[in-house]
Amino acid sequence: MSGLPADGTGGRDPGLQPERTRLAWRRTGLAYTVVAVLAVRLALTGDVAGALLAGATVLAWWATLVVGWGRATGRRQSRLDARAVPLVALGTAGLALLCVSLVLRGVW
Amino acid sequence: MPAAKRIIGVVWQAIRRWFDPSDLDSVGSTPDYRFSLANERTFLAWLRTGLALIAGGLAAAQFLPPLPLRHLREAIAVTLLLLGGTVAVRAVDHWSRTEQAIRLGRRLPASRFPAVLALIVAVGALLLVVAVLARGVSDR
Repeated sequence: MSGLPADGTGGRDPGLQPERTRLAWRRTGLAYTVVAVLAVRLALTGDVAGALLAGATVLAWWATLVVGWGRATGRRQSRLDARAVPLVALGTAGLALLCVSLVLRGVW
Repeated sequence: MPAAKRIIGVVWQAIRRWFDPSDLDSVGSTPDYRFSLANERTFLAWLRTGLALIAGGLAAAQFLPPLPLRHLREAIAVTLLLLGGTVAVRAVDHWSRTEQAIRLGRRLPASRFPAVLALIVAVGALLLVVAVLARGVSDR
């Protein structure tokens, strides 16, 4: 009988790697939430362009949460799933550029 | 313009590497999943570093009072925002290069980026110390 290992972990990875990765995605989602709130606050100046930029920010935030959820619940076999990881990073870079445009908009 | 062509080629290769992990499946062997997860967590930690810089830029733009130098506040905000975006892009590049190295059993990619970022942050903090001290002296 191969059975469970006798180390009392019930056959789970004793390093808790999946759990740590899940929590890392949670932390990233929370950090993203703070950034999204600040960006929306800066974007909403009462005109259409501001509303559109705020909408784009919310979209990037939502997409990141969805990707993080997918990665965290263990369905990491699909190809689309692994492609979503670089999308999250590029979305963050895009959000940074969007925020730059918001700051410059205030200057002019 | 052979130089420009080469740069475009390098960038294109990098983007393909980011987005096509299935391409990687053809090289090397599937690594221990724990290594992949550790690599992903490192990527996420860098992403949060980038998000923190972006949050700092957004906070500077919204909560700093107008500074004596014209547009200095906006310059600080834009610098932090661009730095945060750079950190995010570099994070995904390093993630994919590390994943490839793990698959091929090569050495992990070395990087000067952490040292450069640390220096930039240190210089920025030093400038802030000087600014705070200068204001304290001129107020007196």
